[in-house]
Amino acid sequence: MQLLSIKDTIKFMSIRRFSMAFSLILILGAFGSFFTKGLNWGLDFTGGSLIEVSFDNSANLKQIRGVMEQQGFGDATVQNFGSSRDVLIRLAPTKSKDDGQKVDAKMVGNQIMTALIAMDESATMRRIEFVGPSVGDELREQGGLAMLTALICILIYVALRFEWRFALGSVTALAHDVIITLGLFSILGIEFDLTVLAAVLAVIGYSLNDTIVVSDRIRENFRKMRDMTSEETIDLSLTQTLNRTMVTSITTALVLVALLLMGGELIKGFAIALLFGVVIGTYSSIYVASSIALSLGVSREDLMPTEVEKEGADQDPMMP
Amino acid sequence: MVVMVLVIGGLYSAPNLYGEDPAIQVSGLRGAEVNALVLDSVVAKLDEAKIEYKKSELSADRILVRLKNEDDQLKAKEAIGDSLGDSYVVALNLAPATPAWLEAFGAGPLKLGLDLRGGVHFLMEVDMGEAMNKQFEQMVQDFRSDLREEKIRYRGIKRVAGKDTVRIQLRNEEDLSPARRFLTNRYGQGYSIVEESGDDPALLVALTEEKVREIRSYAVDQNITIIRNRVNELGVAEPLVQRQGQDRIVVQLPGVQDTARAKEILGATATLEFKLVDSKGDLGAALNGRVPPRSKLYEKSKVGPVLLEKRVILTGDHIVDASSSFDEYGMPQVNISLDSKGGNKMSAMTKDNVGNQMAVVFIEYKKTDQKDKNGKFRLKKIEEVISVATIQSRLGRNFRITGSGSQAEAHNLALLLRAGALIAPIQIVEERTVGPSLGQENIDAGLSAVLLGFALVLVFMLFYYKKFGLVANIALAANLVLIIGVMSMIPGATLTLPGIAGIVLTVGMAVDANVLIFERIREELKDNRSPQQAIHHGYDSAFSTIADANITTFIAAIILFAIGTGPVKGFAITLAIGIATSMFTAIVGTRAIVNATWGGKRIDKLSI
Repeated sequence: MQLLSIKDTIKFMSIRRFSMAFSLILILGAFGSFFTKGLNWGLDFTGGSLIEVSFDNSANLKQIRGVMEQQGFGDATVQNFGSSRDVLIRLAPTKSKDDGQKVDAKMVGNQIMTALIAMDESATMRRIEFVGPSVGDELREQGGLAMLTALICILIYVALRFEWRFALGSVTALAHDVIITLGLFSILGIEFDLTVLAAVLAVIGYSLNDTIVVSDRIRENFRKMRDMTSEETIDLSLTQTLNRTMVTSITTALVLVALLLMGGELIKGFAIALLFGVVIGTYSSIYVASSIALSLGVSREDLMPTEVEKEGADQDPMMP
Repeated sequence: MVVMVLVIGGLYSAPNLYGEDPAIQVSGLRGAEVNALVLDSVVAKLDEAKIEYKKSELSADRILVRLKNEDDQLKAKEAIGDSLGDSYVVALNLAPATPAWLEAFGAGPLKLGLDLRGGVHFLMEVDMGEAMNKQFEQMVQDFRSDLREEKIRYRGIKRVAGKDTVRIQLRNEEDLSPARRFLTNRYGQGYSIVEESGDDPALLVALTEEKVREIRSYAVDQNITIIRNRVNELGVAEPLVQRQGQDRIVVQLPGVQDTARAKEILGATATLEFKLVDSKGDLGAALNGRVPPRSKLYEKSKVGPVLLEKRVILTGDHIVDASSSFDEYGMPQVNISLDSKGGNKMSAMTKDNVGNQMAVVFIEYKKTDQKDKNGKFRLKKIEEVISVATIQSRLGRNFRITGSGSQAEAHNLALLLRAGALIAPIQIVEERTVGPSLGQENIDAGLSAVLLGFALVLVFMLFYYKKFGLVANIALAANLVLIIGVMSMIPGATLTLPGIAGIVLTVGMAVDANVLIFERIREELKDNRSPQQAIHHGYDSAFSTIADANITTFIAAIILFAIGTGPVKGFAITLAIGIATSMFTAIVGTRAIVNATWGGKRIDKLSI
């Protein structure tokens, strides 16, 4: 069985101006949302406290808000989490100046639990998280740093292994995926926490995987097809790898759907980020990475000198 | 080779199938030993309480009693805890029910992260600014009394605002070099002293970088020691107290639900008191309740019960420094420096008591459950004698305690002694508590996600690549076993919820290598090659692509691991392991199966 049975080469590159414009619109949209809405940073990055409580029956949010106000946490957000019996309470980081208040900030979770149990005996603590503001800032810095380091290391590896035009093409594609995925989180207002950050970094890994496979085929075809133009070679390579690209995307998407459905609330953001990243990563490895390499003027000659050490050497020079 | 790797992987992942027994763990506190006698009394107590147990084991430092269910576990803890008293910690634990023959290989089940097991994670930060402030306050005080003693007149001594330097303003220039020589002799290394002559003669004393590093590192070590001691009191089966970075301490208490209590105990304040041993009092009589009015009986002690005078010679806030080293006979000793006030007190008290014994009492204030009239928690004073030594001569500002046991004990004593004085305040900067129900739910959710994802991919591959799909599926299953096996083998690896997500993702991506190979084979077949040639070419030409693609993802995983913390690290570990194992199973593993099935035969058609 074959997903797509393609006889002729698909002219992917002929619409590259259109696809570039499409990508640009998406990126501009993402940036627009960053500036107007911003990202919904999770507790990991903002600092603050979070308490997840479950009750035997549907939780009375109004009553809980009342209890919170009584305890002096009028600014707390109280909402359902996953089901009507589970409640998530968030508190902004306490702006503490003197020592007395600092102690309070970390005892808040216990204080609230005691008050909630007094209100309804069935209240049970599921999790309490407290992140100090300084830790939040650090995590954000670390996260950004991790993303940049990953991109730079990959840039170097691809440049060494292939050619700088491919490296630039694939890293641009990665940045494209990251920006658009973050844009989606911004537009939908989904909380961005540490696990989502891990997912975004995994998107980098995944999308790269795709791009490398395509670039590898382009390099191979450049060596084999001596009388084709660059554009034709890239189109041919993309067509040849299209089946593989689709199959892998499908299997990955399948497990991610499983994760989204079964993995529970805590992993939802992670699954959404990756699922979207897989879709956008598949698109970018076809349109963005190759178009940029082509626009930068990649040609057969650029890839020839390294031929001796590559695996293409032991292959037939011409297809029958 | 393929078979061997799989057998080893299978062997090490097997313990995960056996689950865990609820158990009670008994370990000694502060030198108390667990031995066969303790084991006997534990077993006797269980028999008496009619609690059935599966097995009791005695190992080097703990007793483990496996029980039938969790109800028994709680009952047993109460029974044993009441009978053993304060010197032992009785904790609830889950003991892996790994069969002995597997344990012989060193195999054990995966360690679960706190998000799956339930428990508390604290990140604490030592307030270095405050630690340095205290250090400088101390320096200023010391310089004052030192110079007064030396009769060097000064106009003022204070810390230069905002800088790590103390400025000593002298009256006249001639005093500069004697003062400098005197201070250099007295304090030696770690301080850099600069003369500033002119109208306003002064000495600038700064700490060397090395000394600053030492102070910081000491502040963290000291806190770690104190936290370890307190964690032991909590009765947690497998606590983790670890330094993180320059000034942070991670505390993980699996299974602890009562975070309020944990925080109170960890945050208790400690002080020290030096007291004389009441040598005239009758210890035997005191133990029977006849304590002399001037004295107090301390039963909680490192050296057995001891009778101490009520009068306090000195409190811990006079201790400037305490460190461990070796005496002239190579025995460990603890060196103590007091501030000048403390030195005077010590000297006055010890003058008349040469030959008598002096004890150090470690005092902690802990919150109790009772509240006082104002709604504040009552504090409970817990006192423990941590050292008793004979006064050999009149003591001054600097003295030492010898005969305090091993080097490790001397080191510990030094850290505890410093606890009375320069302890740097500590603050919780991050807390994550996961309730037991959520932990179990996370495990269930993760497991079902892995299974569903796995099943979906299996069906798809079988449908799409037929017999070759079956081969890929076998490789995928082997890959899962290998990931779990490798994770169980690595001592530091813990499985977390994001880690499970990493496994799920690996399942999806692991088939990629096979997809690449199979698509190649299909292409080769389309080009009218013979099936054997197609298989051969397919594997060969796909290899470099697979390697490139995986190495780049691996780079991303390594960076995640290096830079990330907590959940990100857990994800990175499984991702990296998954990439390595999937490369193996998808290339080497499937090749072996393919060769065994189709190799060496003439075939006209491939089921691909």
